[in-house]
Formats: sequence, C-alpha cells, structure tokens
Amino acid sequence: MRFTPEEMMTVAAARGLRDGQVVFVGIDLPSRAANLARRLHAPDLVLIYESGTIDTRPDELPLSIGDGVLAETALSVVSVPEIFNYWLQPGRIDVGFLSGAQLDRFANLNTTVIGEYAEPDVRLPGSGGAPEIAASCREVFVVMRHRRRSFVDRVDFVTSFGYGTGPADRALLGLRGAGPVRVITDLGVLEPHPVSAELVLTAVHPGVTVEQVRAETGWTLEVSDELGRTIPPTERELDVLRSLRTVGSP
Amino acid sequence: MAKIVSLREAVGELVHDGDTVALEGFTHLIPFAAGHEIIRQQRRELTLVRMTPDLIYDQLIGAGCARKLIFSWGGNPGVGALYRIRDAITRGWPAPLAIEEHSHAELANRYVAGAAGLPFAVLRGSAGTDLPMHTPAVSIVRCPFTGEELTAVAALTPDVTVVHAQRADREGNVQLWGISGVQKEAVLAARRALVTVEELVDELEPVAGEVVLPRFVVTAVAEVPGGAAPSYAHGYYARDNTAYRDWQRISRDRETFAAWLDELQKAEAVGEPGE
Repeated sequence: MRFTPEEMMTVAAARGLRDGQVVFVGIDLPSRAANLARRLHAPDLVLIYESGTIDTRPDELPLSIGDGVLAETALSVVSVPEIFNYWLQPGRIDVGFLSGAQLDRFANLNTTVIGEYAEPDVRLPGSGGAPEIAASCREVFVVMRHRRRSFVDRVDFVTSFGYGTGPADRALLGLRGAGPVRVITDLGVLEPHPVSAELVLTAVHPGVTVEQVRAETGWTLEVSDELGRTIPPTERELDVLRSLRTVGSP
Repeated sequence: MAKIVSLREAVGELVHDGDTVALEGFTHLIPFAAGHEIIRQQRRELTLVRMTPDLIYDQLIGAGCARKLIFSWGGNPGVGALYRIRDAITRGWPAPLAIEEHSHAELANRYVAGAAGLPFAVLRGSAGTDLPMHTPAVSIVRCPFTGEELTAVAALTPDVTVVHAQRADREGNVQLWGISGVQKEAVLAARRALVTVEELVDELEPVAGEVVLPRFVVTAVAEVPGGAAPSYAHGYYARDNTAYRDWQRISRDRETFAAWLDELQKAEAVGEPGE
C-alpha cells in the first residue's frame, strides 16, 4: 500500500506508545498519533488533555484541545488548575507528547518566537502546557515535520526544556522527568546520545536516505552505528489512520 | 447578591476603561457575546487576561480595546494564528499592545492564588526555559521545609471577570458543567463578576460534574442564549468549527477585519433586559 511521509510519521509515533501508558496529549500531530495507537495496539492507553479531560476516548479527533467530544467521552473532567497541579506536576504521566516550530540538537523546543522576543520576526502561539509537560512527564516524545528551518542548531527561544546544553542540565535544574527520549519525524527517528544527550539519527523511514535527513537538519547530524529502518505502515495501520476524522471537518 | 440585568447594562456598569478584565472559558463556554458588547461600548485601555486569547481577544484587540494582554497560549486552536493580536504585538496596530506571557500552569496558578486570597502561588514550574526572564510575575521561592527552589507566581486579581454558563436561577446562583477550565478561580479572584447564561431557570437541577458559583460571589447575571457561540455550550450547542476556520480569512487582513467590525457595531446587543 502506498503511504505519505506524514502517514509514516504518525504511524511511527503511535507505535512508540505502549498499552496502559498514561499520555498527556497535545493537539494536532500528537493527538492523531495517540488516537491511532488507542485504536491499534494500545486500547487501554489513557489519554489526558490539558483541558482537564482524563481517560478520554473520542470517536472523532478534536480540532481544539477542549472540544466537546473530549468531555463527553472522558472518565472524568477536572479543572485546568487541577490537571496541571494534581495530575501533571507530581509525575503521574508516563509520556508527554509535544510538537514545536523549532527543535535543536539538544531537543529544546520553541513555540514562542522566531527572532528576538522583544521584536520577533514571527510571533508564535506561545507556551500553553508544553513547558511543564517537558519538565514533569516521565518521558517526552516529540513529533515534528523534518525541515531545515525547524531543525536548528540552537532554538531562538527555549519554550520547553529538552537537555539544555548537555547531559547534566536537567539534573542541575531539578527537572524530574527524563526529557525527550524520541523525536519522530516524517523522515526518521532521532534519539539523544546516551553520553552527550545530543540528538542522533537512529532510524530512517522507508525510501529515505541519511543524506536527505542531513540536508533537512541544521546541525551536523550524527548517525547511530546501529541505524534502523522503520517498518512501513501495515495495511491495517493505514486503514485505521485514514478513518480518523476530525470533528466538524468538511 | 447578584443582580439580573441586560448584557448592555451589565457591561455598562461593571467594565470600565482601564480595567483589568478576564474573559475566561477554556475552548468551552467562551463569553463571546459579552466580549462583543465590550467592543460595542468602545471600552479602551483594558488589560485583558485569558489563558487562550482565542478569537474573542483577537476581536477585542483588533477593535482597539486593549493596551495589554496577559495570556499563556495565543493561537486559533487546530487552525492557525490570531492575526489581529500578532499585528498589535509586532506592528502596534491599531494600538500598541504590551504582553505578559506565561505557561498555562503559571497563569492558572495566578488565578488560584487570587481566588485563595494569597499573594502568590507555588509550582514546580519549568526551570531552564526562557520565558520567566521576560515575565516579572514569575519568580523563585525557597521552600522553608525542604530548601527546594520552586517557581512562584504573583496572584492575579482582575477588576472584573466575565464568564458564560449554562444556567442561573433568578437569585443569580450560577451552574456550569462540562470542561470548566479556570472559570471558578477567575471569578473568585475578581473584584466583580459578570456571568452570561444560556437560560434563567426557577430551580437549578443538579448535573454531574457541575461547578456552582453562589449568588454572593456573582455581581450580575445576564441571560444571553447562544452567548458562547462560535465556541460551545455543553448540552446546548456544538462548537462552530467552520466559524473558527473562517476567522483565518477575516483576521488576516486589516480591511476584512474592519468590515467585520463594522457589521458587529451595527448589530444590536443580544439578550433581553432583566425581569
């Protein structure tokens, strides 16, 4: 079956989630991947959205983080202060699922500004729940389209903390989660090097070359000695992915 | 005790030029009708507070009502950017806009401190990130028991908070349910509270997961059916995602927005005078 790079990215992200895990889900790409996983190998995945919906099972994908479908199908709906203070902050979430406009070699994420904060070239939406998700979840997955303008040597603004400038920073700052353990793109998968914490290429998707990935990466990308090749999406994965409809879509 | 009034009276009496105003509602129950009435009454120099500015603040800021925005995520969710806010921040149009920016957890906790009558709230926060150095309302505090360094955020106490709810009774007790966001904290943190409701009823029947705002913390209630559209009111109507998508086109261009604003100012305020 033919598939697009975007579909490969979503399937690869979904495969990384294990049944029974508790996932704090951002809108768009993360939401699509988490809902795909729940319909495939992880029926007991617990989805939590920052709008306060706990263990929600939407039959259609929400357009916004607080759509009605999330509340109607949730085990419980709590307030926004509660979702951050009682559920995210103490470390009850296994996986935080994030995306961003810029990501750098130490997996720091920028969703605030391109350029200077005071005089931005492009003003982006800002933080939302991401900084605390990046700080407090046991692990973070990042899912992002792989483009040279987004995969930069240093982000213009650290909205959400990855590994800062190296392997010791998270511990020094007292951050309790492990940080970004996997970056899934439409070209391949990057993971932090166990010693340097710098992102290295650990897998490429079918039909993608290392040269292609390097050309779309704004730093000198190291390649793992055990570079993997992602298994193409199965027919079932693609069928389910293509059946996911967004609420109110034309 | 809450007064039952028309939306026009409520905004006229409770929202003043220069006020700090919070219109809350997290995707759900966004008080659009009240925001539109603030535009019609041409309030100026407001400090607007909302976790997610959404279309309603794009409209208020595009209309020139604000001089400052306190927020934590400023996009059109699932669709794109808020171009009127972007235009005000980056090009000062139609008026310069100062910003005070937070993460969701920080801003939610600023309301929590305000609601609790405390000067600040404590959270673990997001050490190492760049935003706190630009935001004076965020600082560091040492725990007196463990010595740990934690993030402190200053209490937020709006002059007036505006929320939309499903129902109120005729004494002004307010009931809302579904995604309840930060409305309870925003109302309790404020000096005055204006609530628009889908309907006034004789008696509030209990609903699972409800939040009740007793009449003695509500200043005024106005009955405004459809007052949250194009956001939604759980149990009443769905989110108009088409309107959210269409806003991109209107918001992107100053002239298209000016035409939209013109239409809004011609339209009468919704909601009948109180009984």
